[in-house]
Amino acid sequence: MKRIKRRYLALQIESKRSFQNRVLLNAIWESVTILYGEYGASLTNLSLINYDVEKKQAIIRTNLSSLPLIRSSLVTITSIAGNPVSLHVLSISGTIKALKKSI
Amino acid sequence: MYKIWVIIMKRSFTDLHLNPTSQKINMKFQLIEKVKSLGYTKIGFSLELFQNTHSQNQIKEFCKEKKLDFVSRIDLLPTNKNELKSQLRKIRRKYEIICVKCNTKEVARQAARDRRVDLLNFPSLYFRNRFFDRNEAELASNSLAALEIDVKPLFVLKGLSRIKFLSFLRRETKIANDFHIPIVLSSGATEAILLRKPREIATLLYLFDFDEKAALDTVSTNPNIIVSRNREKLSSSFIAPGIRIIPEGDT
Repeated sequence: MKRIKRRYLALQIESKRSFQNRVLLNAIWESVTILYGEYGASLTNLSLINYDVEKKQAIIRTNLSSLPLIRSSLVTITSIAGNPVSLHVLSISGTIKALKKSI
Repeated sequence: MYKIWVIIMKRSFTDLHLNPTSQKINMKFQLIEKVKSLGYTKIGFSLELFQNTHSQNQIKEFCKEKKLDFVSRIDLLPTNKNELKSQLRKIRRKYEIICVKCNTKEVARQAARDRRVDLLNFPSLYFRNRFFDRNEAELASNSLAALEIDVKPLFVLKGLSRIKFLSFLRRETKIANDFHIPIVLSSGATEAILLRKPREIATLLYLFDFDEKAALDTVSTNPNIIVSRNREKLSSSFIAPGIRIIPEGDT
């Protein structure tokens, strides 16, 4: 069986407020669903790995094939729970270890 | 033993359209600082005809302090083709980038035809006024004009209007590619929260089936080519494309 390749993305959340894990993940899911629909969202295998509320940094995981889809969806997020926000990708890597090294 | 030299060509990114709504100079400075932190090297501010150039000079100085390359840009809003021609005659040699906001078909066609125009910009909210069709593209392909796309509406619009906007952009980018017209992707940002990293903005073109290189070219190579071409034309040593005066003693 062919191994599914994954990619880890480190995100910087730029906002005056901090959010809970669930709220952040829901905002990303919502953005993917709006841009690519439920079918597109189902292909991403998206999950939140780590979220540092103090540093406002998060690590998410997705399939390699869905990486462009996730990246374009992240750009279009302009508010979370009514607060203006922008998400910036700090780094992308195939392993969490390499990702943490690069940020 | 052979030595292998590897030259890494780093892309320099350009945002030609910052459009702060606030007239306060501090807000503009904040925007510039933000742009710098996001990794851009060249920036252009939207300035309309007859607007006060004092603030532009202040911005230019601030950019110099921050080691950013400031590109002087003007946005023209003519109502007919004769007005466009007369405006171009007056200002072409004063600004590095001339953008025409095409609100009528007559203006759009003339702007596409005219070699003095650098960027064609179409209104994002009035879809009936987006005149970038195959005829427009054919005219633009014979001149030097590029299609400018602002990404701000993609962040601001919601629901049906965003779907419509995406649909128009898909059609226009396809036409531009068919006629080999360069696309320039700009932020069109009015405030700092609407700014994104250049590589992030470029990913939006994945929505229109662009590959990574073509997408990155829209925020680096394409605008940089326009700026360097116009700077060469505006320099005192320029005679004609490919011909310039070389001072005695220079090789």
